[in-house]
Amino acid sequence: MTTNSRSAAPLLELEHVAKAFGSHVAVEDFNLAVAPGEFISFLGPSGCGKTTTLQMIAGFLAPSRGTIRLEGCDLTQVHPSKRGLGIVFQSYALFPHMTAAENVAFGLEMQRVSKAERAERVRAALAMVGLSGYEDRHPRRMSGGQQQRVALARALVIRPSVLLLDEPLSNLDAKLREEMQIELRQIQRELGTTTILVTHDQTEALSLSDRIVVMSKGRIEQIGTPQDTYERPSSAFVAQFLGKTNDFTARIEGAGPARIVAGGWSAPAPVGLSGPVTISVRPERIGFAETGLPGRVAARIFQGNHWLFQCETECGPAIVVRPNDGLAQPGEGEAVRLAWRPEDMSLRAGAAA
Amino acid sequence: MSRNGPLALAFHGLFVTFMLAPIVVVCLVAFTPEGFLSLPTNGFSLRWFRAIADYPEFVHAFWVSLGLGALSSLIALLFAVPAALALTRYAVPGRGALQALFLSPLMIPHVVLGVAFLRFFTALGLGGTFLALLAAHIVVVFPFAFRLTLAAAAGLDPSVERAAVSLGAGGFTLFRRVTLPLILPGVVSGWALAFIQSFDDLTMTVFLAAPGTETLPVRMFLYIQDNIDPLVTSVSACVIAVTMVFLAVLDRLYGLDRVLAGKGSH
Amino acid sequence: MSAAATTALPAATPTVTPEPRASRAPLWLILPAVMLFVGIVLVPLAMTVLLSFHDWGQYKGIEPVLILKNWQEIATDPYYAEMFGRTLRIALITTLVTALLGAPEAYILNRMSGRWRGLFLLLILGPLLISVVARTLGWALLFGGSNGLANKLLMSLGVISSPLPFLFTETGVVIALVHVMMPFMVLSVWAALQRLDPQVEHAAMSLGAGPVTIIRRIVLPQIMPGVLSGAIIVFSLSASAFATPAIIGGRRLKVAATLAYDEFLNTLNWPLGAAVAVLLLAGLVLIVVGANALVERRYAEVFR
Repeated sequence: MTTNSRSAAPLLELEHVAKAFGSHVAVEDFNLAVAPGEFISFLGPSGCGKTTTLQMIAGFLAPSRGTIRLEGCDLTQVHPSKRGLGIVFQSYALFPHMTAAENVAFGLEMQRVSKAERAERVRAALAMVGLSGYEDRHPRRMSGGQQQRVALARALVIRPSVLLLDEPLSNLDAKLREEMQIELRQIQRELGTTTILVTHDQTEALSLSDRIVVMSKGRIEQIGTPQDTYERPSSAFVAQFLGKTNDFTARIEGAGPARIVAGGWSAPAPVGLSGPVTISVRPERIGFAETGLPGRVAARIFQGNHWLFQCETECGPAIVVRPNDGLAQPGEGEAVRLAWRPEDMSLRAGAAA
Repeated sequence: MSRNGPLALAFHGLFVTFMLAPIVVVCLVAFTPEGFLSLPTNGFSLRWFRAIADYPEFVHAFWVSLGLGALSSLIALLFAVPAALALTRYAVPGRGALQALFLSPLMIPHVVLGVAFLRFFTALGLGGTFLALLAAHIVVVFPFAFRLTLAAAAGLDPSVERAAVSLGAGGFTLFRRVTLPLILPGVVSGWALAFIQSFDDLTMTVFLAAPGTETLPVRMFLYIQDNIDPLVTSVSACVIAVTMVFLAVLDRLYGLDRVLAGKGSH
Repeated sequence: MSAAATTALPAATPTVTPEPRASRAPLWLILPAVMLFVGIVLVPLAMTVLLSFHDWGQYKGIEPVLILKNWQEIATDPYYAEMFGRTLRIALITTLVTALLGAPEAYILNRMSGRWRGLFLLLILGPLLISVVARTLGWALLFGGSNGLANKLLMSLGVISSPLPFLFTETGVVIALVHVMMPFMVLSVWAALQRLDPQVEHAAMSLGAGPVTIIRRIVLPQIMPGVLSGAIIVFSLSASAFATPAIIGGRRLKVAATLAYDEFLNTLNWPLGAAVAVLLLAGLVLIVVGANALVERRYAEVFR
């Protein structure tokens, strides 16, 4: 569990790491301790500093401030070629003039591994990613998914202390991406290699990671397990970025036991709140009920395993997702009432933006 | 795709004829059996090719040209490859000025370069030597070697080199095992193009060459100044043949229009 | 905590990044080439400029003094005005003819199917790499004396009744120069055509434009930058051409390059020859830089 892995001696530590390009601050005060065997995702929109952070760990960029330690040793003065990290690049960066086997063998050659051992480890690595028999293929004659696997084998065969994945799946089509996610997770579990994944794809981060580092504008917004970050986003940004969310403007009414009121929906209010507040609720946590916030279905979209409703309410627009359980669903233009459990919402002071 | 009309094709035919006529004429006259300039109407003869052997100045000039071209383009690459790699890898201050400097021999008329080199090498006491010719040719062919290397280096995905670095390759190993093999087509094409430029140059070389260091174009030019006979056409035919071989290699390796793209431009 | 000051800035996505410890690398990678160019290009050029101010006499040779004698001679003697005028005229006409013939040919080439296009591109661009001496020799053979093939052909076709003088005339020099320079023009226009979206012509066609309108209103404006940059290259190379004017023009039809050659290697008046060469260089740099600036300003949007 997370608590256990945090208490073990960290394998990789980033302390107050910052990077500025001229006057532009790309990464600000980044602190993270990665436990051995952990799978961490850096998640955020493009330009949030996640790739910059990865490149500082890899050694292709020097931090402006702060220290990066691997197994307790300061990495800052270690040349990228001596860090022993396995990296899978977004473009795969395979050596086009070498065969798949030669690509995988390259790192072992650099480590002066004997020829016999090299051959055996290359064979095993290619077998692990399901590419036995492709040893003599050149990258140009392989599909995107196969190239991706060679890149993974090449990074893993050197038994890296940390595996760095820079948006490795973003060039694959949706179906292949899902397959590779499952495979990547399996291989990582099997080898127990500490892994850092950079991605802008929230589903990828949620399904693969032990912990997610959500980043925005160079700063860490939240660090936590996938469930934690999804269920209890610490900021509006995280709530918006991780999945969809509905923001309703509500009021605090009454004095004795005060209540939160959003149209026809109400619940007991926590102590100390007053004036307008914003309620955040995930679309799949809202149901249609007999009582609750009155609204009207503006659009109904069928999405296979679920239905998506766009509703208009007096507290703002709402998105509702209902599983396709075969039951009748409200049609477009129909009046509905929206309801949710108090524990499924989060509260912020002030009106919704 | 729209087709060309008959008028366009007629224009095209005349155009190609115009472009090929002087080259074809030279090659045909070279095979004449007569003792004077004429088209080989009475059968082909190799007598004028055999006659080259009796004229040692041409043979010697050919070897000078060949050695000069091979050596100067090779040495130019030794300077050009590191410079091109540095300019594509690092944020070098004054990049624009440096590129302009390296490409300047394309902008400066060769007659001006010839004059300047003659003045310079004579002042150094190197007038008429092979060393002076070599140094001058290195500089003049440098832009060709440089530009193709630069294009190849710029086309390289930087993460490929990073991947090699992350796997433990550093310094020269990185260059030998990854960078060089990947830019090799550009480097070889750069060498071949530089060789042809050196092999063909007359305007600059005519100022520097002295008896003994005359290149083939210089010897041909001086010969033509005196008189034109079938001998110089057979020599020209040989030069054309050598160039054709290089042309074919370049076209195979890199695509001719890519090699020549922007040639002479800025 | 507010990052308001930094939020408005665009995200930096560094593609080329120096390795922390290798920041000195570019210096020693570039330095050899820079030294080569300073030593063997800039210094000789500076020495040549200096040389053009030296004195020279038939018997005393070169005297390293700083006088304006050579420049005054060029400025006042009408011989030099005539020679530079001829150089300019030949270069201008050559440029015009290559543009008028080369641009349509590039367009025709671009409309051919793949295999033919490759073949003809090779045939038309290939001569660029063939020795100028060999190519000019071909023209000398075609023009030459009683055996002049060009005249024979033109007379047998009935275009002319008596042989035209080509050898040792400006016409002959221009024809041979057009041949030498043509590949540069075709290449330059060809490059511009490659950037052209073929769908644009179809779009014009669908809007009811005929072939002439398409060329005039759609194609020509887009390839004009290519024609102009080709023209700049052809002009500067023609104005400084040596082999063609020397062989076709003969000893009397002097242009700047052949005159500089004569002064250096026949008359041995190096300072005067240097002045001619420096003037040629300065004039060309002015014209080329000026024309480039003009073209780039006029066609900034087409160049992207």
